[in-house]
Amino acid sequence: MAFRNPSSFLNPLMFFVISISLFPIAISPDAETLSNLAPGIIWVITMLSVLLSLNSLFHYDYDNGVLEQAVTSHQSLSLILFAKTTAHWILTGLPIILLSPLLGMALFLEPNSIYILMLTLCLATPCLSLIGSIGASLVVSIKNSGMLLSLLILPLYIPILIFATSAVSQSQFGLPINGQFYFLGFILIVSLMTASFVSALALKISME
Amino acid sequence: MSKLTVNNLSCQRGYNLLFENLSFNLSPGEVLRISGPNGSGKTSLLKIISGLNSPESGSITYNQSEVSSEKYQLETLYLGHYAPLSSELSCIENLEYLTNLSTDIAFPNLHKALQAVGLTNYENELAGNLSAGQKRRVALSLLFISQSKVWLLDEPFTSLDSDGIKIIESQIEKHRLEGGVCILTTHQDCNIKNLKEISL
Repeated sequence: MAFRNPSSFLNPLMFFVISISLFPIAISPDAETLSNLAPGIIWVITMLSVLLSLNSLFHYDYDNGVLEQAVTSHQSLSLILFAKTTAHWILTGLPIILLSPLLGMALFLEPNSIYILMLTLCLATPCLSLIGSIGASLVVSIKNSGMLLSLLILPLYIPILIFATSAVSQSQFGLPINGQFYFLGFILIVSLMTASFVSALALKISME
Repeated sequence: MSKLTVNNLSCQRGYNLLFENLSFNLSPGEVLRISGPNGSGKTSLLKIISGLNSPESGSITYNQSEVSSEKYQLETLYLGHYAPLSSELSCIENLEYLTNLSTDIAFPNLHKALQAVGLTNYENELAGNLSAGQKRRVALSLLFISQSKVWLLDEPFTSLDSDGIKIIESQIEKHRLEGGVCILTTHQDCNIKNLKEISL
């Protein structure tokens, strides 16, 4: 479906690439300054890109009545929403992971830090989609809910941002990063286990 | 005997009490038309019976199955105001998705269903390129596949031409004769036998 309407997944991706490419121009082309700021820049832009795409996660299906069919279906609503969220991650999170080495190089990250950045993205971008699906379900019936969705979801993204950026930053100084990965892994497991159920519940409430 | 039982149903939207203590039974082979002015709660009633919305009070059962049960959801087919089609998918893809959601038939004859509603050669046409009436026909082609016993149709004749209305009426009649139950809302006259009517 997304390939028949490429703007739905290309827009957040273009936002990701363009925003990160503007930082060397806006801040400084100095390699040391950029490499220090790179983990924060890449992670904040990743979150904003995912947030940008979350609005369309359920909205089209809600507007044309397909979600009604999913809710009244005998099939598991949690499973349907999990499938949609997985598709969302494949179209937003996965391209970001694949593009991150190039953009990391543009911000003068060391190869080892790029590797750590990719690992944090692999662990945490599914969490962004899963947690985001809860917010998207809650605001699905509200028109122009972008701001509300951001207010609902961003506080939940903060722990991910802290652990992910700190893992990449500490790896630049050769410090241990096991703790951050344990926390990111924990958040991923909890999100995988609960997000679809909470999302299904939220969707039923917001469709009342 | 399979019977749809609606017992003391009340519905409130905001500060408006749409209806209260609404009760009726539908036996196999009965069709119920819900009439009433705009905003009287026809769609809300259908959504409650389909399990989409919760009532303020009351209960709904079909063949002893509660509205929240998987068995009830499999026995009911709800088609709302809008044709539930994704504009990026073709007619046949949309129908396949809807069939998977609403039935457990392994290999439905989707092409035959589209033919039945007069959409031969439209199988691979994107739903986004269809007219409102054609979209409605694609959604209603689900009636030619579904094995659900209870059909809940919200304004099924909207956007349809006279031929389309006749096709759907005859399919509802066939469903009725096979022991199915149908509840529909419409502002138009319809030629369906054994039609019960309630006004909200």
